[in-house]
Amino acid sequence: MLEDMSSVLSSDRTSLPAHFGRYGGVFVPETLISALEALEQEYIRARSDPSFESAFQTILNEFVGRPSRFYFAKRLTETIGGAKIYLKREDLNHTGAHKINNTIGQALLTLRMGKKRIIAETGAGQHGVASATAAAYFGLRCDVYMGAEDVRRQNLNVFRMKLMGANVIEVHSGSKTLKDATNEAMRDWMGSVDHTHYIIGSVVGPHPFPTIVRDFQSVIGRETRQQCLEVEGRLPDYVVACVGGGSNAAGIFAPFINDTTVRLIGVEAGGRGSGLGQHAAALCAGRPGVLHGSLSYVLQDDDGQTAEVHSCSAGLDYPGVGPEHAFWKDSGRVEYVSVNDQEALQGFEMLAKSEGIIPALETSHAVYHAARLAKTLDRDKVVVINLSGRGDKDCQEVARLIGS
Amino acid sequence: MSESRLRDAIVSAKQKYGIALMPFIAAGYPDLKTSLELIPALQQAGAAAIEVGFPFSDPIADGPVIQEAFTVALSKGLRIDQIFDAFETMAAEVSVPRVAMVSFSIVYRYGVEAFFRRAAGAGFAGVLIPDLPPPEADQICQTVRDNGLDTVLLVSPTTAPQRRQEIARLSSGFIYYLSLAGTTGERDQLPPDVQTHVQNLKQMVSVPVCVGFGISKPEHIVQLSKVADGAIVGSAIIRRIKENPADPVGAVQTFARRLLGSSV
Repeated sequence: MLEDMSSVLSSDRTSLPAHFGRYGGVFVPETLISALEALEQEYIRARSDPSFESAFQTILNEFVGRPSRFYFAKRLTETIGGAKIYLKREDLNHTGAHKINNTIGQALLTLRMGKKRIIAETGAGQHGVASATAAAYFGLRCDVYMGAEDVRRQNLNVFRMKLMGANVIEVHSGSKTLKDATNEAMRDWMGSVDHTHYIIGSVVGPHPFPTIVRDFQSVIGRETRQQCLEVEGRLPDYVVACVGGGSNAAGIFAPFINDTTVRLIGVEAGGRGSGLGQHAAALCAGRPGVLHGSLSYVLQDDDGQTAEVHSCSAGLDYPGVGPEHAFWKDSGRVEYVSVNDQEALQGFEMLAKSEGIIPALETSHAVYHAARLAKTLDRDKVVVINLSGRGDKDCQEVARLIGS
Repeated sequence: MSESRLRDAIVSAKQKYGIALMPFIAAGYPDLKTSLELIPALQQAGAAAIEVGFPFSDPIADGPVIQEAFTVALSKGLRIDQIFDAFETMAAEVSVPRVAMVSFSIVYRYGVEAFFRRAAGAGFAGVLIPDLPPPEADQICQTVRDNGLDTVLLVSPTTAPQRRQEIARLSSGFIYYLSLAGTTGERDQLPPDVQTHVQNLKQMVSVPVCVGFGISKPEHIVQLSKVADGAIVGSAIIRRIKENPADPVGAVQTFARRLLGSSV
C-alpha cells in the first residue's frame, strides 16, 4: 500500500520496506551499504521533521514554480476527436522537466547528511541540469556523468550544466549512454562515499532510492489529483506517462494507485524494432533480472549480460526500469505499452502544431499513445498526459532525424 | 566449522609462504585456452587459490583494467556455459582451489540453483558474488554451501562492526577485506590504516582474512603478510596479460613468483 506524503511524513517507522513484492532490494558492493543505510535513516528522520517538509515545499513553490499547471489541450482534443486530453505541465517547471522535484529533495538530504558534493548520472541531460541547478542553489560541488553519445545528442544541456558550475564527465565505456553513465557514477561513489551523495535521477538503483525518488516525485500526482477534481469534479479515467527508469510515471501514478477507477498507462520506448537491442522496452519485452542494484525487469541476454538498447530519446535509452513498476506490472495495476521512434516523432510534432507546446522526445512517447487512446474513447472521458519535459533540448536532434 | 578445501589451502600457504597469494584472472581473457594455462602456471608459482572473474557487462566495483578485460572477453562472444565447459576439463588435474567471482545478475539469470550446481561440477571450490551483500545474501549462501561450495563475502572499510560479525558468519571460505573504499585497480601504496583494520578484523572473526583491491607490488605483499592470511592481486595480473601477448602465462608466472619470493 502506498501512502501519500502527508501520512508518510507523520510515520515513525525506523526502516522502510526494501522490496516491492519480489522486486527491488539491495544488490550493490558492500562498500555502499553503510551509505545506503545512512541515507535511509536520514530520510526517515527528514520525513518526520516538519522543517524539512516546509523547506522542500517552499523551494518547490518559489524556485521550481509549483504547483505546475493542469492544462486542457483543447485543440489537440478537437483534432483527435475523442476523450478530453489534459496536460500536467511539468515542462513548465524551472529547468524544464520533472527532474528538479527529486534533485531539490535529495540536495536537502545531502545538506542534512553534512555532505558537500553531489554526483549524478544523466541521459537526456535533464537530470544532470536539475542536479547542477540544485548544486548551484545550495552551493554544493557537482559532477555529472554522461555518456559520450548523449553528450553529442544533448549538447545544449551539457552547456547548461557547465554554465551552472557543474563538471560534466564524458563516459566512453560500453554503449556510451545512460547505463554506462550510471556505472561510472556508482564507481565514483564507491570511492567518495564518505563526503559525496549520489543523486540517482530515477526510481531505479538499490533501496532506498526507488522509494525516495518516488516520494519526491509524487508531488506531481498529488497536484494532478486535486486539480482534476477541481476542474472536472472527478478523477481522470486514464493517466499516461512515459517510462525510461520511470520517475515521472511513478510520481504521477503513486497517488492514484488506490483509485481503482483510474487506469494508469506507462509508455516505453519501442525504438526501431522488436528484437533485443532495437528498443528500450524493459517492462514490455524484458525479464526479471538484476541491474544497478535492484531486481526488476531488465533487457539482458540469456547469460544476464545487459543488452544494448535503442531509443531516439536519450532519457528512455536505458535497459532497466524501476522495481516498483515491475511490481505494478505483475500486479496488473499499471498497464505498460510501447511507442516506437517514428510514432514518438509524430507525437512530438502533433503537440507542437496543435498546442504550441514542444514536448521532450521522452514525453512525446506518452503524447502519441494518449492520442491513440483518446481517439477510441467517448468525449466525456478524461485522459491526463504527464507532460514530463519540454523539447527545446531535442530540436537539433529531431531536425537531424526528420531531415529538415 | 565445516571442512573447507579453500580454507585449508589458505592456512597451509600462510604457513609456507607467510601469506596466501590469490591471483585474479578474467575467464576468457584473452581467451579460454590461456585462462586454463594460467591456472597450473600460477599453482606452480605458489598461488594458494585463484579467483576467476566471470566477465560481466556492467562491473561497477571494477576499475578500467578489469573492465577492459571483461569487455574484450565478451566481445569475442564468451558464454557462461563455455567457461564451465572449459573449467570442467581441468577439474581433476589441477588441485589449486578456484573461486568464481561472478555478478548476481549472471547467477540470477542462469538460475541460482543451476549456477552453483554447474560451478561445483566445473571444479570450483568457492563463490564470491560482489554485488550480493547481506541480507540479500543470507538465503543464497545456504544454496551455495548445499552445493558443496564455499562462500566468500566482502568486508569494506565502511562496514559497521556488527555487520562484520554477520558477514563472517556467512563466509565459509575466507573474508575478502577491501583495502579501500573504491574500485579495483593498482595503487602505488596501500592505505596507511589497512594493517590496523585487518588486525582488528582478525580479532573479531575465525575465518581467514584475505585482502584485495590495490595490491600490486611485492612490498604490498610483505606489508600484508604481517597481518593478513592472504592477498588478492587482480589488475596487476591482468595488466601483465595484456602487456605480454606473446607469453602471457610466462609473464604472469614470473610476476607471481616475484610477489611471493619477496615475502618468504
